[in-house]
Amino acid sequence: MMAARPAFPAGLALDAHKQLAAGLPIVELQAPAQVVLALDQGSGSMAQPVVAVGAKVAIGTLVARAGDAYATAIHASIAGTVSAIEQREAAVDGGRGVCIVIESDGTAAIDAALRPLPDLTALNPDELVRQLRDAGIAGLGGAAFPTATKLSAARTHGVQRLLLNGAECEPWVCCDDALMRSSASDVVLGARILQHALGTAECVIAIEDDKPEAIAALRAELAQQDDAALSIEVVPAVYPQGAERQLITTVTGIEVPSGGLPAEAGVICQNVATAAAVARWAQCGEPAISRVVTVTGSGVARPCNVRALIGTPLAALIDAAGGYQGTPMRLIAGGNMTGRALASDEVGLTKAINCVLVATSADLGVRLQAREAPCIRCGDCAAVCPAGLLPQQLHRATLADDPESLRRLGAHDCIDCGLCDFVCPSQIPLAHRFREARRRLRVADAAALSAAAAKARFERREQRLRAAAAAEQQTLDTVRSRAREGRDGATGPADGTG
Amino acid sequence: MSPDAVITAVGVAAALAAAIGLALGWAASRLAPDDGTLVAQIDALLPQTQCGQCQFPGCRPYAAAIAHAQADIDRCPPGGDATVRALAALLDRPARPVNPAYGVSKPAQVAWIDEERCIGCARCLPACPVDAIVGAARQMHTVIVDQCTGCELCLPPCPVDCIELRPVPVVAARYRMHRAA
Repeated sequence: MMAARPAFPAGLALDAHKQLAAGLPIVELQAPAQVVLALDQGSGSMAQPVVAVGAKVAIGTLVARAGDAYATAIHASIAGTVSAIEQREAAVDGGRGVCIVIESDGTAAIDAALRPLPDLTALNPDELVRQLRDAGIAGLGGAAFPTATKLSAARTHGVQRLLLNGAECEPWVCCDDALMRSSASDVVLGARILQHALGTAECVIAIEDDKPEAIAALRAELAQQDDAALSIEVVPAVYPQGAERQLITTVTGIEVPSGGLPAEAGVICQNVATAAAVARWAQCGEPAISRVVTVTGSGVARPCNVRALIGTPLAALIDAAGGYQGTPMRLIAGGNMTGRALASDEVGLTKAINCVLVATSADLGVRLQAREAPCIRCGDCAAVCPAGLLPQQLHRATLADDPESLRRLGAHDCIDCGLCDFVCPSQIPLAHRFREARRRLRVADAAALSAAAAKARFERREQRLRAAAAAEQQTLDTVRSRAREGRDGATGPADGTG
Repeated sequence: MSPDAVITAVGVAAALAAAIGLALGWAASRLAPDDGTLVAQIDALLPQTQCGQCQFPGCRPYAAAIAHAQADIDRCPPGGDATVRALAALLDRPARPVNPAYGVSKPAQVAWIDEERCIGCARCLPACPVDAIVGAARQMHTVIVDQCTGCELCLPPCPVDCIELRPVPVVAARYRMHRAA
């Protein structure tokens, strides 16, 4: 059933630029001579290396384990030798991060420990979630959030609805579209495995209505399977339809509360590409060492979708798309709305990069000459905000650096979609400012937490020192009184006998 | 108007003034604002470095001194001008820069022990106001970076000067991010 309009507050239909690459077959990229695996694959948390420089690794060997719930395990995507573990240019916040570099030995040796899942129903769901964590499966929609962490939260809350996100609303990006067209069976198998992990009855695959081929491919696959638990929901192509909370609202009508998790609202959302990665892992034991990426923009000769190994330098992806052409102005990991500008094409592919956009000034349009002007309070930003915020008010709070107002106006509910600064006639980089403001709020919160911890430690120390002083005083008093008694006792009998 | 009426009026006014004065005086002595609350409010604005640069043995004693008007609000270099501003807003006083007599504001720092040179004398352990140094006599000492407040109090007792203060490691969250387009 098709909704007349999106159920979330606003959004905007944008030029998609997807036809450049969406219809072409996915190019299988050859293994590179070197891979650069960032410890932070895009979720903001670093994995912990378990190999040393000089270690021999095979394809699929674990090289870094997930130290916390937000990091993802990383596996060698080529066979060879670990040549460095060092700070490099990476597609992470700040532009640099610790990476594990592996030099290929030219072989395609596969780690002996890898084996396909015997039968997905044979594993109990908890064990399945644990194995998904070990396989490094993470959200391939662009956040690289560990799938196992989401599944655990969903299991805790007894979630009954699985939502597969095939909306792919970001302009330029079409890797999920290409994947759904070519590997619909993988998506469905992955959905089954995720359903087993959750014990959920219902699974809905949501796809935007501008992807008729993908919808047809999945419908054909479902028709073969004849499974009543799986269904397809066609949603309107409105940016940001594919944002987790917005998609949940469109499909289920549930609005995930501010600060709440989708799992608490009874829904779990996974990207279709993540489901396909789960299927690949189940079929041949392959951990998350590759993904489909869109390489596009007017700055490359032949835009296309490629399946590339994680860690492949982005330059190799651009070569696969025919190399640079014209005058590229920006290299962006992701689409033009939420993507991240990169300083170098030597950066290794991460699980979070769904698109490499080589943008020329024509693609960037007026933004390249953007000169910020004062806010004229037109309110266009509030009219498009899909989170129902008031960006104009938030902007004032940001300029005033007023943490209380920022929190009250919902700075933490901003999903960073970038629509407000896209429509801003004064060219104010609003989304960027809000991201910066949220970062400052987080830093302030962290500082407050560590101050509270320091205060508690100081108070415990004071207490301990007071107790020690009191105990010492008591010992001293006891010794003194004993000495006095001893003296009295000694003099008493002496008097008596003397 | 008769003189009696004037005397009565003045008398009534004087009696009222005396009665209200007595009542206010009693109230001021018996219903004083909760001292502990004010100290806690001030303490909450202090950075909890526990460095003693304010000449009080920790943040809470300094908060108590401010509350009892025994110290000014400009004595906290780790908190910097922002802390003075927050204190000024809370206490309704004019803000001012930190008094340089009590030290200068520095970027966030943590202590680091050169473990090669540490002789295991254990003298820095009691000096640390937040128990952030681990070690024992004749054993290597080390600083728990996450719990160190950078107060510098461990520096003077060290006989071999093997402790230095280093800037807090930069994490991604502190970076400025750049726009894509």
